[in-house]
Amino acid sequence: MAGAQDIRRRIRSVRNMQQITKAMKMVSAAKLRKAQLKLNAARPYASQLQGVLERLAQVQMDEVHPLLQERSVQKVVYVLITSDRGLCGGYNANLIRKTSGLIAETKQEVKLVTVGRKGRDFYRRGKIEFLAEYTGLGDNPSYNQAKEIAQEVVRLYVKGEADEVYIMYTEFVTAMTQRPAQIKLLPIEKPEGKQSKQYIFEPSPEEILSNLLPKYVETQIFRTILEGKASEQGARMTAMSSATDNAKDMIGRLSLAMNRARQAAITTEISEIVSGAAALE
Amino acid sequence: MAGTFSLRIVSPEGDVLKEDVEFVVLPGGLGELGILPNHAPLIAGMDIGVIRYTVNGSVRRAAVTGGFVEVIENSTIVLADTAVLSEEIDLARAVEAKERAIKRLAARTNEIDVRRAEYALRRATARIEATEGKK
Repeated sequence: MAGAQDIRRRIRSVRNMQQITKAMKMVSAAKLRKAQLKLNAARPYASQLQGVLERLAQVQMDEVHPLLQERSVQKVVYVLITSDRGLCGGYNANLIRKTSGLIAETKQEVKLVTVGRKGRDFYRRGKIEFLAEYTGLGDNPSYNQAKEIAQEVVRLYVKGEADEVYIMYTEFVTAMTQRPAQIKLLPIEKPEGKQSKQYIFEPSPEEILSNLLPKYVETQIFRTILEGKASEQGARMTAMSSATDNAKDMIGRLSLAMNRARQAAITTEISEIVSGAAALE
Repeated sequence: MAGTFSLRIVSPEGDVLKEDVEFVVLPGGLGELGILPNHAPLIAGMDIGVIRYTVNGSVRRAAVTGGFVEVIENSTIVLADTAVLSEEIDLARAVEAKERAIKRLAARTNEIDVRRAEYALRRATARIEATEGKK
């Protein structure tokens, strides 16, 4: 049986851990709020851009832009958006599981672009080729970082390194729920839209389109990175919250065991004294 | 008065401006574009430069670095890569950035650096211009 002293030591170490998980929970709650604000701030731009794209798509153009052109698919690229750091529950594991499942189903050649350390580390040991990897985006990713990634992806697509590009990311549903999700990035699907008003285009619709499409890719990547960040903080907050609760339960159980051990020691001591005294009579 | 129409400036980092204005001048891709109320539907590319907009007779400014503009049904939406209102521009920083860009252009290392420096120079110049009209 563990002595009261040993149990007391364990309680102390559990309590220290609880303090750490509690602090992490509060930090990620604050970061979650920030990430959510950024996500909401990015929304109007994304929806307006989508709107302009829809209206542009109605215009008849002589040639199909390369980013809209569907090709026979031989090479598929997945852009995997994971976190740099762990301690966020199943956040990375869930997404990697979904991605691995998809890769197994894909008959074509698969290559990866990873954003975040966790995804990179997981697939580094595997056979899948990496086309690019990005790490160290930080808690507050900027549009320029997304732009850099987007430009590389577009370059790969135009060069023919990829015939289809998907983004694998974690959709932020609520602080408690995050869902691994997949969207098709390239070729850009021509959005449906009603025939609308006659627009004046300046310069030509073709030129505007070729400026707009890369931007559309950028905003898609930016949005999914922001969704991922918010999800990461949400997952971390939930994980740390349950870790704190578990530590509390454990402290309770250990205190009970410690009191019992102490009581047992006292009882033994008394019965020894009593029997000692009895022997003298 | 011809009345007003709504002007909205959004960038990927967030909403920058939402206001009823009387007149807007935008740095269009093919030259400056003036928009008055009841303008015909328009989609245009935008260059780096200064947006001037008139609210209650007084002209205000914002610096943008490229993007698009859509005009429809008396509302003008500017989709800017980046956008800063003149009162939010840090003039000292812009001046510093301009000098840095000029120095870098004078040094002339390689192709990409030159393009980036030129971009930085134009952006800084637009920001400085946007603050000058203020006083």
